[in-house]
Amino acid sequence: MSAVIPISDDTSSAEAISDTPPGPRRVRPMRWMDAAFENLTRFFAFLVFSLLAAILVSLVYGSHLSLNTYGLRFLWTKDWDPVQDRFGALVPIYGTLVTSLIAMLIAVPVSFGVALFLTELAPSWLKRPLGTAIELLAAIPSIIYGMWGLFVFSPIFQEHVQPALVASLGSIPFAGALFKGPPLGIGMLTAGLILSIMVIPFIAAVMRDVFELVPPLLKESAYGLGSTTWEVVWRVVLPYTKVGVIGGIMLGLGRALGETMAVTFVIGNAHQLAVSLMAPGNSIASALANEFTEAVGDLYFSSLIELGLILFLITTIVLALSKLLLLRLSRQEGSRT
Amino acid sequence: MNAVYAARKRTNAVLLTISGFAVAFGLFWLAWILGTLFYEGGHALARATLYYEMTPPPGADGGLANALLGSGVLIFVGTLIGTPVGILAGTYLAEYGRGGWLTGATRFLNDVLLSAPSIVIGLFVYSVYVARVRHFSGWAGACALALIVVPVVVRTTDDMLKLVPNSLREAAIALGCPTWKMIVTVSYRAARTGIVTGILLAVARISGETAPLLFTALNNQFWSTNMNAPMSNLPTVIFQFAMSPYEDWHRLAWGGAALITLAVLTLNIVARSLFQKKD
Repeated sequence: MSAVIPISDDTSSAEAISDTPPGPRRVRPMRWMDAAFENLTRFFAFLVFSLLAAILVSLVYGSHLSLNTYGLRFLWTKDWDPVQDRFGALVPIYGTLVTSLIAMLIAVPVSFGVALFLTELAPSWLKRPLGTAIELLAAIPSIIYGMWGLFVFSPIFQEHVQPALVASLGSIPFAGALFKGPPLGIGMLTAGLILSIMVIPFIAAVMRDVFELVPPLLKESAYGLGSTTWEVVWRVVLPYTKVGVIGGIMLGLGRALGETMAVTFVIGNAHQLAVSLMAPGNSIASALANEFTEAVGDLYFSSLIELGLILFLITTIVLALSKLLLLRLSRQEGSRT
Repeated sequence: MNAVYAARKRTNAVLLTISGFAVAFGLFWLAWILGTLFYEGGHALARATLYYEMTPPPGADGGLANALLGSGVLIFVGTLIGTPVGILAGTYLAEYGRGGWLTGATRFLNDVLLSAPSIVIGLFVYSVYVARVRHFSGWAGACALALIVVPVVVRTTDDMLKLVPNSLREAAIALGCPTWKMIVTVSYRAARTGIVTGILLAVARISGETAPLLFTALNNQFWSTNMNAPMSNLPTVIFQFAMSPYEDWHRLAWGGAALITLAVLTLNIVARSLFQKKD
């Protein structure tokens, strides 16, 4: 207590103190850095903020020719004929939606199972390695999925799985039409399957994270009443995290819609509208990857950019919805605890 | 009553087994993909010519040297451009703009950007840069990769800085430290491991990106360090070679694919272990 600086002192000794070297004045010359650094970071934050809008503007600008020529008709026109300069987005939009839908049908239940296993069943020493292994699926570059799909998966699929599907499901009235046609190996079904493997880690990671938000008290109460593990997950954990789970599914959907390379390798790149899932098709992203650098003619080019614009709008809406749902869950979580 | 109980237990057992199968399903694909990759790519990886010969014309033997160089340059420059932008923007979000409209909106849009299709990023760089200068170039490719790095780094920087306890900041300010210096010497240092992890993950992400490079860096058959000319890069070469009908090219494509995957997985695992050591 002896080292306390005297507060009430006479002026002469106050001067004596300010004459000593480590005064506050030595810091002051650097104060301008404060404003500079803050504005620098604000500038870059604003840059990130405006990036999405910049992408939108550039795509709208790039596609104005096709927007003016076709208007909204572009969305449901089937033609894609570079020779006669007639373009429509129906086939790629259809292919994008169908492949993503197939992917979701497989990936959602599997991801739920993975998340359930990782949060409720796995012993704690197994949780981390298993979780990492599943996440590594997301780390593998999409071109690898594409190459593997083309060279390894589709021949096996063509030889062993597709004939069986045609034989068993192809004869069902109505729904059978989805499984008709020659087994080519490549096509929308293959693309959807590979997409599903790619999005499983994204959906599973979100589901696992939101499952862990459930207060232990709730789960223990249910266990205490005699619930089985499944009943706890289905009746307590899932209702509590519903919003977040849907957010995770939307995130996976956003990923699947925009996936390029994996789909390009296996979808077949045929501009045709086929009912059968076995048939080759095209997606927006793979049409872009295949045709963009070879496009000749302003209208062709502009139509491709408009495809990009459509893809951008769809994925942005889906991803924004996903983000909103996840935000709602975390806000809800904040108010409950 | 007993029958009901037995039925519930049975449902439980069945569904939990299925969830175990779901994990096995995921691991099965992982093992299959990595297995074939290293089986097919192993031979190519073992040949020294892969690393010093140029990409060959069809039917000839060669390597991937120019593609490796190009990929290295593009990833390096892309990271160099993207990282500072990401760190500074993330710093604003976590340190200055708490509760402001810009912060909330930027966080939201950044998360959307994080999952935005990479091919659209390529399209964007094409229309604002390549279409203006009228030629494909290494710079365009690096810019496209930088745009993919930015959201990853923003997100991790923001998250990691938010984890730094406020008492550290207050201690620095109480010692008379200006805010900028507090951020640079205290916040950054406390969050360093996390930020480095984010950068490594961003590098891993762009190492395998193909779609944005198709319209920007394009490809180049020759050894080139000219950033103003089209630049060869591993993913585009793999795409071109794998889609070709030539057996030699396929072999090289497998080699390149194994190489990329090895690099990406190593980066991921390093990043993870680096981050885990902290907690």
